[in-house]
Amino acid sequence: MRVALFLTCVNDTLYPDTGRAVVRLLSRLGVDVDFPMGQTCCGQPHYNTGHRRQAEPLARRFADVFAGYDAVVTPSGSCGAMVRELYPRMGRRAEEEGRGSSLALAVAEVVPRTYELTEFLVDVLGVTDVGAFYPHRVTYHPTCHGLRALGLGERPRRLLRAVRGLELVELPGAEECCGFGGTFAVRNPDVSAAMGRDKVDAAVSTGAAVLCAADNSCLMHLGGLIRRSGADVRPLHIAEILASTEGDPLT
Amino acid sequence: MTGTHLGMPAFPEAAREAVGNSTLRANLRHATRTIREKRALAVTELDDWAALREAGKQIKDHTLRHLDTYLLQLEEAVTAAGGTVHWAQDAAEANRIVTDLVRATGETEVVKVKSMATQEIGLNEHLAAEGITAYETDLAELIVQLADDRPSHILVPAIHRNRGEIRDIFRERMGDWGRPAPEGLSDIPAELAEAARLHLREKFLRAKVGVSGANFMVAETGTLVVVESEGNGRMCLTLPETLISVVGIEKVVPTWQDLEVFLQTLPRSSTAERMNPYTSMWTGTTDGDGPRDFHLVLLDNGRTAVLADEVGRQALRCIRCSACLNVCPVYERAGGHAYGSVYPGPIGAILTPQLRGTASEVDASLPYASTLCGACYDVCPVAIDIPEVLVHLREQVADQGGHRVEKAVLGAAAWAFDHPAVLATAQRAASLTRALHPSRLPGPGRAWTDSRDLPQLPDKPFRDWWKRHHEGKEDAQ
Repeated sequence: MRVALFLTCVNDTLYPDTGRAVVRLLSRLGVDVDFPMGQTCCGQPHYNTGHRRQAEPLARRFADVFAGYDAVVTPSGSCGAMVRELYPRMGRRAEEEGRGSSLALAVAEVVPRTYELTEFLVDVLGVTDVGAFYPHRVTYHPTCHGLRALGLGERPRRLLRAVRGLELVELPGAEECCGFGGTFAVRNPDVSAAMGRDKVDAAVSTGAAVLCAADNSCLMHLGGLIRRSGADVRPLHIAEILASTEGDPLT
Repeated sequence: MTGTHLGMPAFPEAAREAVGNSTLRANLRHATRTIREKRALAVTELDDWAALREAGKQIKDHTLRHLDTYLLQLEEAVTAAGGTVHWAQDAAEANRIVTDLVRATGETEVVKVKSMATQEIGLNEHLAAEGITAYETDLAELIVQLADDRPSHILVPAIHRNRGEIRDIFRERMGDWGRPAPEGLSDIPAELAEAARLHLREKFLRAKVGVSGANFMVAETGTLVVVESEGNGRMCLTLPETLISVVGIEKVVPTWQDLEVFLQTLPRSSTAERMNPYTSMWTGTTDGDGPRDFHLVLLDNGRTAVLADEVGRQALRCIRCSACLNVCPVYERAGGHAYGSVYPGPIGAILTPQLRGTASEVDASLPYASTLCGACYDVCPVAIDIPEVLVHLREQVADQGGHRVEKAVLGAAAWAFDHPAVLATAQRAASLTRALHPSRLPGPGRAWTDSRDLPQLPDKPFRDWWKRHHEGKEDAQ
């Protein structure tokens, strides 16, 4: 199976460790991973702030860059939801505005083959035990777009429960948003930070060493609050936990 | 909508104040979390919830598509049953109609059932200016009125108040409006309720005119429906000689059978009850029973314009249950007043800018008062995709010339994202200079760094690592 990694611009620029972890994990599971160098941003910041037309060339680029792969895998629930839920909507809107069906047709081919990482592991590869080892207490925050737009459900927790040595503890108020929300974080900084602090407090209350999520943009916001307050919990992407093995443990 | 809330600061500024108010935060946190959990249980009890939700959505969509037909059918049925129908294009017209109707009775007092439509048009303020006193009889509306406050929630207008505050308001203000609070009133809920009951009983027995809204209007029979919990509605709807109901045109449903759906979804979504304590229904007038005169004021006030927007019109499905407020993490922190409208929370953030436009600062900021987390859409009993409408309204704000700097920055980013080599250069430049990056940013960047550290940049972006380790395998650019 020839799989393209859609890393996302945030991970490419700020979280290369997550990218390396996905490559290591998928390769270990026998997947032939490629990273098409033409990939950039899915256009979510533009779309969500009301600049839909600016996002359209990025959607077309996505469709171009990721054409011809058996699957496109992304370690981001939010960017995954952008492609799966909002690209078709953008296509429909362009049609309704009398601008033809070329955008809709361009994205139609790639959308059904695009998967969020945990979805790809559980649904396509059919694995929940990925052979990982991570002997720490971990709590999991289901990020909103993964939870509600993609419907990831129990997939991430099933993967974490199968990790040897890992103790998964439930996060109080898990399904509440962390307050990141893209430009919301800077447009409404007070509410955003208040939500984030409550999320960090909830994580600390579990006694977990690690606050895990499947989206680094939310973890960037939470991590920024954690570092500022000195809270004793480490933000970590699920891919880095799943990539960790006894032979090659994550430090 | 009315000018009551004009001059409000934009949402972020109003919210900042609320976030810093620890009493308000505690009141809201306690109240919304309690009702949120109860609602979830009440909904889980029904195994056909998803079907009811879909049915509610379809009934509303169908009605809105044929609104002209059903409104005329309603007018005919109400008239045949002895009522009088008035059409009001905007708040001013509705207020004038109600004022004239009250004047015609010779009365200077009215009792009111809690009604969002009359708040939307600022009826109480208008009546006061005309020398007519309107008494709110819903317990929470009474608290708000006595405190000279504004409602902060659709269903629980005094949600921002705790028991101690309510006791103080009753002690200090009840006497100004009628029967004073009993001596030594405590903050025990039963005592507070009894104080309100005694205070209000005088109004109910004296008033000759009642003013209400309605949750539903049945086109086929001309029947109006008010759903409530305290019995104050039943009093206002049955005791006065004249009843005036001000109702938004989107509240019509075609048939009685349609109520089967909404009378299941509304109570469970709003108060987490299987059925609300009081459901009052009336059809025109009946000799010797209830009001002798019944007037229905059908209110447009911007609704027809909302109907014309293909994406935004779904907001008119709203049955005012307030489940979206109770589940919203932004509402929980910012409180209802920050939304600058009688419709706060997620539904307010899509309804207010559509009804009022986005010319004022607060109205233009409302579509951005959300993380787009989607919790509101999940709980909505008529499946309003609130995040979809929020983004749609953000487009309108952006298109009308707002946020020029943001648009320019995003435009430059979109260009760079369409040129991967440019992006890679920018990424490398950022990584190379990382030692020089300040931990606190000046200017607009402070919005991030005032409360959060910046992410630490890696020594190089992923794509550089990939290139080195997978040379010859990558797609050339």
